[in-house]
Amino acid sequence: RRCGAGLLVTKCGLLRHRQAGGGGAAGGAYWVDSQQKRYVPVKGDHVIGIVTAKAGDVFKLDVGGSEQASLSYLAFEGATKRNRPNVQVGDLIYGQFLVANKDMEPEMVCIDSSGRSSGMGIIGQDGFLFKVSLGLIRKLLAPKCEIIQELSQLYPFELVLGMNGRIWVKAKTVQQTLIIVNILEACEYMTAEQRKQALAKLSGH
Amino acid sequence: MKATPLSNCERRFLLRAIEERKRLDGRQCYDYRNVRISFGADYGCCIVELGKTRVLAQVSCELVPPKPNRPTEGILFFNLELSPMAAPGFEPGRQSELLVKLNRLIERCLRNSRCIDTESLCVVAGEKVWQIRLDLHLLNHDGNIIDAASIAGIVALCHFRRPDVSVQGEEVTVYTPEERDPVPLSIHHMPICVSFAFFQQGTYLLVDPSEREERVMDGLLVIAMNKHREICTIQSSGGIMLVKDQVLRCSKITAVKVAEITELIQKALENDQKVRKEGGKFGFAESIPNQKITAFKMESAAVNTNNVEEQAEEIITKADPPSEVFAKPILHTPGTAQIGEGIENSWGDLEESEREEAAEEEDESEATAFECQTMETEDTSTMRETKKDEPIVLSDSEEEEVVILEPQELPRKTRTQTNLKQENTSKKAFNKRRRKKRAA
Repeated sequence: RRCGAGLLVTKCGLLRHRQAGGGGAAGGAYWVDSQQKRYVPVKGDHVIGIVTAKAGDVFKLDVGGSEQASLSYLAFEGATKRNRPNVQVGDLIYGQFLVANKDMEPEMVCIDSSGRSSGMGIIGQDGFLFKVSLGLIRKLLAPKCEIIQELSQLYPFELVLGMNGRIWVKAKTVQQTLIIVNILEACEYMTAEQRKQALAKLSGH
Repeated sequence: MKATPLSNCERRFLLRAIEERKRLDGRQCYDYRNVRISFGADYGCCIVELGKTRVLAQVSCELVPPKPNRPTEGILFFNLELSPMAAPGFEPGRQSELLVKLNRLIERCLRNSRCIDTESLCVVAGEKVWQIRLDLHLLNHDGNIIDAASIAGIVALCHFRRPDVSVQGEEVTVYTPEERDPVPLSIHHMPICVSFAFFQQGTYLLVDPSEREERVMDGLLVIAMNKHREICTIQSSGGIMLVKDQVLRCSKITAVKVAEITELIQKALENDQKVRKEGGKFGFAESIPNQKITAFKMESAAVNTNNVEEQAEEIITKADPPSEVFAKPILHTPGTAQIGEGIENSWGDLEESEREEAAEEEDESEATAFECQTMETEDTSTMRETKKDEPIVLSDSEEEEVVILEPQELPRKTRTQTNLKQENTSKKAFNKRRRKKRAA
């Protein structure tokens, strides 16, 4: 946060720096890597929401913030007034925030600016949803995340990561899904080597 | 605040997992989570942790005039509170159905079973009796509040000491703790509640449901029993139809569980007694680790969830939670042996490695780390070796004859230093943070 001529730190954590160059980043960037579990909606974030109510043309979703987000039924790819998306209460939706102020009800959409869904929308029926801390999500979303690569060598699975701390996993059997869930939850506390050991044992068997 | 709604896919997944006899944390159907009992500095104050569910119990006493229709009996007062700290769905001040149900159950379990001798609480008949007040606070809700609360209640009552009183003719003298040692309450037996969750109209049964499992269950059966196999209270809610042999089976399971838990409680009480007598440090300040900046500490429960401690300093013994089910008799690290058999468990790999990591992680800074997890409920020798000021972590398991010896003082320090070379910067950050905490 800016304060006069300088900057004020509003969150505790490690200060990080990324060098300029390499792609389109304009200049280096500094940010504070903080760790927390409670999510605050931010514009542009992709999150997983749970549908809690259908109110006319709008769905109400729980995203883990202080207010429920609203999602219009027209905000899906290929949706028209006649062709409504088939969304029930209790379904999972992956979308991004269009409007997200700290104190207002956030709005979500499932299409991007060009009108395509690009992976967003209703998440399938099977699979399991669980919650982790926000720091872990950011780690997993980093490009070339080792955890995901290592996991993918174990068994095939589908994974959706929401910036609100929610992860949806689906693997072929319940057992495999549970294993992945537990590994991801534990990744928070394991060092890379412990994780490699764990995965080695799993794949060894 | 509103509680997070349960999505359809979670519900479906949980039910499917239960049909395949799998639980989220890898327990078996009849397994309890780790029970950990720690005492506060005062007599009558304790915290019981059942997995992640935590209940704080506090007993206090007061001299009051007795009830008119019972002039020679003391008064017992029980109160359970659900604070918003426990779960976002709990609101302060609002009497929810759950709260009423829990309160009633605790009262029935402790009062109607006559586990406390109220006649002994009488000081002057018709004029002065002791009023014993038990306050239970739920600190964290991860399922099965009833069991945790009943254990906390009975442990606190057993632990409590009331001031000594002497009556000479008309004169009543209440001695302060300095003058005369306070006297324990007279407790006949220890009733403990065990909960069973039913799914699919009674087809599947789980003991000690966690929060997610509670959300999808059809019905709940609570049986309160003491170690003499006497049923103190039995309550079935949720409106499911139970066949009589199911109820009988549940009561048999309860008997086994109650025996284990009662032993655990005895050991914890003895240990605390010993510590106090020897003048060692006791109380929450000792048992709750310092430097708990974030509450990000997971326990290593064996079978599944790899819960590795983030804060190396601590715990260790704390986290030493006895794993509940041991799967394979495999030598996973030199010095660690597993004797005894276990059911073939496909969680085996995950659990061993996690446990191993947990052990190593925990061993990091504790110089005298000694972890010896015993699955035998009778074996007390190992427990005495844990640091006295640490809370007693006693295992609660169905498996017997399994002893795991974790290596002492594994050289973990070198490992974290090699992490400096890692590519992934965030891991470095985690380690740095960990090291920082340790150094702090």
